[in-house]
Formats: sequence, structure tokens, C-alpha cells
Amino acid sequence: MIRLERRSAPSPAGMVLIPLTAIFLALLTGAVFLYINGLGSPKGISWGQVLAVYTGMLDGAFGSGYGLSETIVKAIPLMLCGLGVSIAFRMQLWNIGAEGQFYMGAFAAAWVALSFPDLPACVMLPAMVLTGMLCGGLWGLIPAVPRAYLGVNETITTLMLNYVAILWVNYLVFGPWKDPQGMNFPLSKPFTPAAVLPTLGNSRVHLGLAFALVLAVALWIALRQSRWGYEVTVIGESPRAARYAGMNITKNILLVMFFSGAIAGLAGMAEVSAIAQRMQQGLSPGYGYTAIIVAWLAKLNPFAILLVSFLLGALQVGGYSVQSSGVPAAIVFMIQGALLFFVLGGEFFNRYKIVCTGKTKMEV
Amino acid sequence: MTADFLVEMKQITKRFPGVLANDRVDLQVKRGEILALLGENGSGKSTLMSILSGLYRPDAGEIYVEGRKVTFKSPREAIDAGIGMVHQHFKQVDTFSVAENIILGSKEAKFLLKAGKVEKEIEELSRGYGLQVDPTAKIWQLSIAERQRVEIVKMLYRGSKLLILDEPTAVLTPQEARELFQVIRQMTARGQSIILITHKLNEVMEVADRVTVLRSGVAVATRERQQVNQRELARLMMGQDIIVPSKKNPGQFGQEVLKLESATADSDSRRPGLKDISLTVRQGEILGIAGIAGNGRRELAEVIAGLRPLSKGKILIGGKDVTNLSPLEIIEEGVSYIPEDRLGSGLVPNLGAVDNLILKEYRRPGLGRGPFINRRKAGEFAARLIQDVGVKVTGLEVPVKKLSGGNLQRLLLARELASSPKVIVAVYPVRGLDIAASEAVHKMLLEQRSKGAAIVLISEDLEELLKLSDHIGVLYKGRLMGILPVEEAEPEKIGLMMLGAQPGEVMAS
Repeated sequence: MIRLERRSAPSPAGMVLIPLTAIFLALLTGAVFLYINGLGSPKGISWGQVLAVYTGMLDGAFGSGYGLSETIVKAIPLMLCGLGVSIAFRMQLWNIGAEGQFYMGAFAAAWVALSFPDLPACVMLPAMVLTGMLCGGLWGLIPAVPRAYLGVNETITTLMLNYVAILWVNYLVFGPWKDPQGMNFPLSKPFTPAAVLPTLGNSRVHLGLAFALVLAVALWIALRQSRWGYEVTVIGESPRAARYAGMNITKNILLVMFFSGAIAGLAGMAEVSAIAQRMQQGLSPGYGYTAIIVAWLAKLNPFAILLVSFLLGALQVGGYSVQSSGVPAAIVFMIQGALLFFVLGGEFFNRYKIVCTGKTKMEV
Repeated sequence: MTADFLVEMKQITKRFPGVLANDRVDLQVKRGEILALLGENGSGKSTLMSILSGLYRPDAGEIYVEGRKVTFKSPREAIDAGIGMVHQHFKQVDTFSVAENIILGSKEAKFLLKAGKVEKEIEELSRGYGLQVDPTAKIWQLSIAERQRVEIVKMLYRGSKLLILDEPTAVLTPQEARELFQVIRQMTARGQSIILITHKLNEVMEVADRVTVLRSGVAVATRERQQVNQRELARLMMGQDIIVPSKKNPGQFGQEVLKLESATADSDSRRPGLKDISLTVRQGEILGIAGIAGNGRRELAEVIAGLRPLSKGKILIGGKDVTNLSPLEIIEEGVSYIPEDRLGSGLVPNLGAVDNLILKEYRRPGLGRGPFINRRKAGEFAARLIQDVGVKVTGLEVPVKKLSGGNLQRLLLARELASSPKVIVAVYPVRGLDIAASEAVHKMLLEQRSKGAAIVLISEDLEELLKLSDHIGVLYKGRLMGILPVEEAEPEKIGLMMLGAQPGEVMAS
């Protein structure tokens, strides 16, 4: 008979083996799908070719200076959104609205860039950062108010507001903001150079990376060393103990959701300013959602969020780079999903162990 | 093989990570006897009984039922073999009837519950044993004592020959406890065997035929009741002579500190909440509050701690109106609260000792500057408190959920008493603690009393209340039935008031 027994503490070997096994299983799942898919060839493909796809992805993401810089470009919005949602998650607020907060941040920044095209960069960029964060933060605050005062489940409301934000931006780029010279594409007018974040050399790696690094350090300090971080930790661990200790839970829900949204808004601002350089439909390929995976895989540790974002960025860039050989783009999202699935599943083995017991018949 | 024993456990050993919970324990139960299983908390009583009732499996050792060797894979197999356990926390469905709860999970309950057929059987069974229960009543309508009876009937209905009762009197009034003891004696007369898990010596002397004493996982002795006295049992249980209980000095009451005027509050559920409570506690006074669970004890504590708003009435602290201030403002008025659920609201289970000890202190400038907490100072602050109360911790950052009950409570008291509170609300402060830890907690409370704190002590243990309190108030259905000086508070009288009698009526009768 097989039974489960609760572990008193996670085993040290498990802490290393479980994530590694999860990554292996996720890649294996992807491999099986690639094999079945056959890359469009009527005869199908061999396992060797499947492996070649993976090495191709690896090469695409890290094999060249360009690949590496593109990996970082993809990682920046993941880092920022991941940091954003991680603060909310720490307080057990399930903000899955980073996607919408990202779009609202991008919208507000774009509004500044398009409305005041004559501003110099030293005024324009700070103004875009501030309005982007403010607007993303307010978008996070909307679901926080009913949550804080009425206990309305924020999972649903943050999710729903994503669609509102995305459709609002679509409305703008299909309508009032559409570039007359844009050949009817859903794009706004391009920003003036003053509204574009500076980049590193010739690459597309932009100042957003610095934002993410500074924020990660600031968050790490705030959570470990500040009174506010202490309150957030206690509220997240035990709301009853927090209330009993006189902490203001309502205020903290509002504050945390605002910051969470503001950081996602900053991600949107950086993306629209440095990468798109105009407002456009489909600005984010789901960064706000992938950020949930990032935060979770990183166990909400700010530095681990940077690292995991980098790896998932690499997966996306690697995925794009092998598309020319017939690999469906969806494989990237499939591997991402499988990764989260196996990591969460693996958590179980951190808490329980399987015990095999011998025959247990009633003996006379 | 000795068939004169109904159940025999031989050389039972059970290890948990880091703990040897049972070490080669032998235990025998005869037919028709009441065996008391005596031991302090953490002595391995519950583990041993969980093994006997099929919840855990032993690492080594054997169990015999009526001379046959058995191994239980689940509680159901133990029940099938005639062994049933009544836990401290009843596993019942509130909205189901008594009969439905009794057949729930039994073989009769296939897919649809047909309670009607079994209602009569249950009624006959319960009448036979003197256990009055109405099989058609819904669980939520019943008192705790009645729910306990339902649980006992459930086990009898399933044909149990050995009934294990886990600290059954913890939730009962003295009258109810006596009734329960009568019932179980009647049951043994009809051939039932009973194991009574307890740490109360007087219960052993009152009702048991034999007693087996556990200490640190080892069965140190088994005695006939007639051959022992309380003193010897205490020595066996603790491995040393009884600690001299902390004595109370006569009260030196100062000014009025805490005053409730017609305080009225709602409760969370169907329970009555608080109605029209007026009381006064002075400096250096302990007001004990008795009452059966669900009669407003918790609500009263929460109202004073600022965690539950008043719908009517007033609370004054040192003459200042603090009605419906926030919990933080109440803390700042000098109110400390030792809540019922240490790990649920008193402490944060996953955080370490430092983070738990600064829970009310982290705002103060002593622990850091501006928005930051100085971790070094916080560590020193925590280390000082830990030293003051003698908590044993393996590390300051180890999650406190790994501490024993006694150490958890010391940690909590260390924090709550550090700020020299004006008012202390303590709810079941020694629940689940062993004698040594209980004494330590009582000593700390009495120290606060001599320092001039006004203390409200809410407890389910009448002995504790009588020992510590200067006055005792009794709650019944959310009302204060009266406040008596402790000299006039005989257990009988308090017990009747817990059931709704006015003090005047009690004296007349």
C-alpha cells in the first residue's frame, strides 16, 4: 500500500531536485508535442530533430549578442510585471490584472507623448513614467476598493479589468488615435524622439532594465527592512494576527494594489516608449499573465524574479528564432504552462513524502 | 495469549521526525472497566490512542483485540473491530440531524441517507445507556454536552466495545461532567470498556478503575485506583513532586481601570453575542469570567480588545471613553490581549521568534528609524524577552509553529506583558499546557496583578478561575448572570449560573 506522509520540513535535496525535474518534464512535454506535430513534414520527424529544435532555441536566445539583447528586451516587461504582482501575492492578493495595468500604464504614457510632443526629453520621460505608474496604479486600485471594503474577490475583478484596458487601447488605436499616415493599421502616430527611452548602444535593451534592477533592490530592502514590508508580510501570513496587532489591513490592501499596478504600469510605459515607440494594438503578448508564472516560479523573491524573467525571455526569443523551421509559436507558451504546472505539482513533494508500506491484512 | 483483556497493546513505538512519541508502551484494557490514561500534554497519550483508533500506524509493536492480533489501516477498521474514539473536536455536520450524523460514514449510509429507520434504534440505544439525545434534532441546536453525547451514541451505534474519550470534560460544566461520569459508569456495568484520556488527577480518582500513567512517551506505571493517591499520581506523571502552586496574595485594589457600561455586541453566527454587560475591574484585580463555550466569552474578550464593535453601550479605560476605537488605539491605551488561539491570531506561525515578538513593538522608535526596522535592535529586543521568560527556541528565525504549546504561550505572554499593560484580557491562557507551563503562566499573571494591572481572565477551567480570580462573573447567552466575590463562588453555584440561574435563585435553592 502506498501512503502519503507529511514532511516536518522540506528535504534539502528536494529543494534542488524538484525544480530541475519540473524543468526537465516541461521540456519533455514540449518535445512530445513537437514530435507529434512533426513540423509540418508529412513523414514526421525524428527525436534527433526535436533535440535540434531545442538546441536551435538555445542558440537563438544566447548564441549571439543580438539574441542575448533580445532576450533581455523580452525579460524587462516580465521583470517589472513580475515584481508588481509579487507584492500583491505576498499579501495573498491575487492580482492577475497586471496585463490590464500594463496597458493602462502604456496608455497614459502614450497620452503624454502624443499630447505634448514638444516637451524636451528631460521633462517628457519623467512625466511619462509618472503618469504611466499613476494610471497603472489606479487601475490596480479599482478592484482593491471593493476588495478592501466589501471583500469582493479580486481575482475575478482584476482579470475582467484586463479586457476593459485592452479594449480601451484598441478603441483608441482604431479610432481617435489612429495615425492618418498609418495605412489604416491600428497604430498611433509615432512618438517624438524625446519620448523614447534611451537604449544601450545599438541594441534595443533600454532603460527599463535599470528600472527593474533598482526596483528589485528597493523591494528587497522594503520587504525585509521596513515597517511597511513587515506589515505586508504579517498580513499575508496571518490576517487575523495582523488585525489583532492593530495593523490597518484595509489601508494596506489599497496601498499594495496601487503599487502592484503602478509597477506593471511602468512596464507598459517602458515597452510603449522604448520598443513600440507608438501606441499599437497587441502591445503585450501576454506579459502580464506570464508575470504570474514568473512570480510564482521565483517564490516571490525579487532577485529570483529577475533571473526567472531572463530565462522565460530566453524561451520566447528562442521560440521565435526557430519559427522559420516550422516550429509553431505556441510551443513557447505550452512549455511555459507545463513549467508552471510541474513546479506547482512538485511543491506537493516538498510537503509530503510517499511511504510504501507492506501488506496490512488482519492476521489471526 | 491472555484473553481476559479486551484490548492489549504491546511494545508500541511511534517516532515522529525528531520525537519519540511512544517508546515501547504496554497497555491493557479489561472488559467493563474504566481505564484512565493519565499524562501531561506531549506525553504521548494522543499518539497512543490515535494508534489504537487506526489514525496512525505504529513503527513497532502489536495490538490484540480479544486475543487476536490486528493491524488497522484506517479508523473504520478500528471501529469494525469495536474500538471507537470520541475526539475533543467533534466532527459533525451542523445542519444535519442527530440521526443523520450518526449514520454518516457508517455502512448504512450508502448513497441516500435514510435517517427515519435508524431514529428508533438510536432512541432505544441512547435510552438504554442513559444518554438522552433527540435523534431528530439538528446538531446546531444542541449544546456542547449534547453534541458529545451524540458522538458517544455514534460509537455505540457502530458497535464499539471500547470507547476512547479524549479529555471529555474540557468542554463541560461541573454538573455536566458529573453526569457524563454517571453515564460511563452505567455503560461499564453493561460491559463497555472505556479509556479516559485526561491530565486531571481528580477525574482519575473520581471515576477510573485503573490508571496507566504516561511520561515522555513511556508508560511509567499502571495502578489500581484504590492503591494510589493524587500525590503519587502527580509524581508519576511529572517525574518529580508537585510544584507548589503559586499562591495569591489578598487583593490590593486601586482605582477603576476598565469599565463596561451596558456593552452590547453582535456575534458572528447564530450565537447571542453580548447583551447589556456592565462590569468594572480595578488595579490589581483579576475578574474571572466563566461560561460555557458559545455564551459570549469570546465576544467579551474581543470587545475589550477592540476587535469587535459595540452596537450599544460604552467601554472606558482609566475614565477615558474608548468605545469602538481601532485595535491599534486600544493597544495604545495599554490593553494586552492573550487570545484563545495562540497560533491563529496571537502569533504568526510561519515567522520566527523575532518577527513575532516585535508584532506590537515594530512601530516604536526604539526599533529603528523612519520607515525602517533595525533588524539588529529587533533581534536584541527579542533575545531580551526570550531570556526574561525562559522560552526554549532553537533559533530566532525558526518558524514559531515548531515550538511546543508551552513555549508558544510563554512567547506570547512575553510580548503581551513586555509593555506593562494597564488592562490584560487572557482567554484560556493555559489551555493545552502541562502543569509546569501552566504554573509559569499563572505566576506571570499574578505578577502583573501585583504590579497593578486590571486583568480579565476568561477560562473554561473553574479550578483555574477560583485559584486566580478576585471576583468571578458568569456569562450565559450573552448576559452577565452576576459577579461574585471569589469567597462566595462555590463551584456548584457557578455551575448553575453557567446554565442560566440567577445568583439569587441559587442561594434560595
